[in-house]
Amino acid sequence: MEEKAIICKELTKQFGDFYAVNKISFEVSKGEIFGFLGANGAGKTTAMRILCGLSYPSSGTASVAGFDVYRQQESIKKNIGYMSQKFSLYENLTVLENIEFFGGVYGVSRKEIKERSNDLLETLGLQKESRKMVGELPLGWKQKLAFSVAIFHRPKIVFLDEPTGGVDPVTRRQFWDMIYEAAASGITVFVTTHYMDEAEYCNRISVMVDGRVEALDTPANLKHQFSADTIDEVFYQLARGAKRSAD
Amino acid sequence: MKVLRFILQKEFRQIFRDKTILAMMFVMPTVQLIVMPLAMNFDVKNVNISLVDHDHSTYSQKLISKIASSGYFRIISSDFSFKEALMHIEKEEADLVVEIPSGFERNLVRDGAQKLAVSVDAINGSKASIGGSYLNTVISDFNAGIDINIRNINKTPSGVIDISFRNWFNPMAEYKYYIVPGILVLLLTMIGGFMTALNIVREKEVGTIEQINVTPIKKWEFILGKLIPFWVIGMTVFSIGLVVCFVVYRIVPEGSIALIYLIASVYLIALLGFGLLISTYSDNQVQAMFVAFFFMMIFMLMSGLFTSIDSMPTWARIISNLTPVTHFIKVVRMIVLKGSGFEEVKTELCYILAFAFVLNGWAIWNYRKTN
Ligand SMILES: Nc1ncnc2c1ncn2[C@@H]1O[C@H](COP(=O)(O)OP(=O)(O)OP(=O)(O)O)[C@@H](O)[C@H]1O
Ligand SMILES: [Mg+2]
Repeated sequence: MEEKAIICKELTKQFGDFYAVNKISFEVSKGEIFGFLGANGAGKTTAMRILCGLSYPSSGTASVAGFDVYRQQESIKKNIGYMSQKFSLYENLTVLENIEFFGGVYGVSRKEIKERSNDLLETLGLQKESRKMVGELPLGWKQKLAFSVAIFHRPKIVFLDEPTGGVDPVTRRQFWDMIYEAAASGITVFVTTHYMDEAEYCNRISVMVDGRVEALDTPANLKHQFSADTIDEVFYQLARGAKRSAD
Repeated sequence: MKVLRFILQKEFRQIFRDKTILAMMFVMPTVQLIVMPLAMNFDVKNVNISLVDHDHSTYSQKLISKIASSGYFRIISSDFSFKEALMHIEKEEADLVVEIPSGFERNLVRDGAQKLAVSVDAINGSKASIGGSYLNTVISDFNAGIDINIRNINKTPSGVIDISFRNWFNPMAEYKYYIVPGILVLLLTMIGGFMTALNIVREKEVGTIEQINVTPIKKWEFILGKLIPFWVIGMTVFSIGLVVCFVVYRIVPEGSIALIYLIASVYLIALLGFGLLISTYSDNQVQAMFVAFFFMMIFMLMSGLFTSIDSMPTWARIISNLTPVTHFIKVVRMIVLKGSGFEEVKTELCYILAFAFVLNGWAIWNYRKTN
């Protein structure tokens, strides 16, 4: 039996009588890069926050890394990394200080932090900026740093909420190289994006419309199923019927 | 524990990076302690007294000359009845009426005790009540003098004049001794109440709290990580305040400094807990600011900082006792002015401890890592 990193059954989140997430079901295998697509307001962030243990579901079941989202949020948190849609490293701390802090709270030892951050700064090419305030970095670098911090403690699963929003094409490519590298090291990647070219990089993708998962398969199969040449076309066919406008 | 160390390191880094806040922390106590007592100088020099002496004895004459020579009072009339004396108050000529009953000397010598009526004009309340407490001091002084005389003559127990005024053990009868410790309390209260609330709510606004909540940080680690740095800052500001009190006003606590620190540290924990509690209920800094301000106002007005709790109606006194500030002010004044020891402040310390537990417990309970 293949182990699953994430199992979601009929997961629902209600705000009053509004269904932000409406009975979504899917599974994500270990080591997979899973693309979580959907128009603005489809409910991606809401679903992701539940899976990260930041929010209680209204009904349905879900387990992440083998832990239940209702009762074992703190165990989930030990095993995942999360990069939120809103940039949330400390802008008034330096690059190194941010790495040190987040590494530290996940229980990485000081010695390990030192070694790993040296490697990290080198691969990112940020050695010279290591003592700069994070707030002073350009957006592309910030996002790459945030991603690196999210996987610094070597989690089993990393959740990325629009990691490349507003980033230039070259940096986006580099970003995806980093994602592939992480996946190669065994980390399961759960990623949302609005860029359809990025969707092609995923092993499997799901498309959310108005709180529901309307399609889920490999990019190739989806194109075939919707007789489309690109994922862009698939997405358009599915999402144009959406009721929710951008929020 | 290791995790807590990382959190503390981060908090201290952030605090020491913000130079404005840092400067404020040190300028605030100094400036407030120097300026506020000046602005609130209620020192009263010429308290006008109407005297009614029914006794016309040597003792009553002595008391009167003692009052007259103290330098704080002006005897504007000697009346035959209380009614007449009251007329002077009504015409706003007098602030106080002192009525010496007949048999004053006899009772004092024979029974060793005598009641003395002091009536205060409640319209110009502050002048009159301060005048009242000055008078109290003068009478206590006189009392002590009598003591010796009586002993010398017939070795009876000391004479006691029963006076209804509360004595703040403010022997110099100067307002600054009353107000300066109060401002010290105010400072600690503001720092405790606002700093933590604003700090955490700011993390909410910026979104970094989400990044914290998604880590396996334990609730108590997060809360302690916020409490400890502000506790350290609060105690530093308090120490600076004590130094200013000494340098500028020559006020040295009568009681033990260690005891003051013990109580101040518990109090600060209570107030920091209050700030935390506010932060768990507010989503942005404006909200937090308003809520904190609302409670601070109540605390300040009800705590007996500027007004006397004894003159409050019962319902107000109950509210007053439900604010931690009230108990702390009381203790600080007891220790600074009266030199009270641990035994005397024990009860108040228990109150403050209870506040610390309840407020922090409530804050931890209400802080949710999963919403
Ligand atoms: N706390 C909340 N209370 C009420 N409604 C909410 C709350 N959070 C989200 N919503 C609503 O739920 C819907 C889904 O929001 P969500 O942020 O999950 O969308 P999204 O797919 O991440 O969109 P985007 O691509 O813009 O990030 C939106 O209509 C949003 O307004
Ligand atoms: Mg979103």
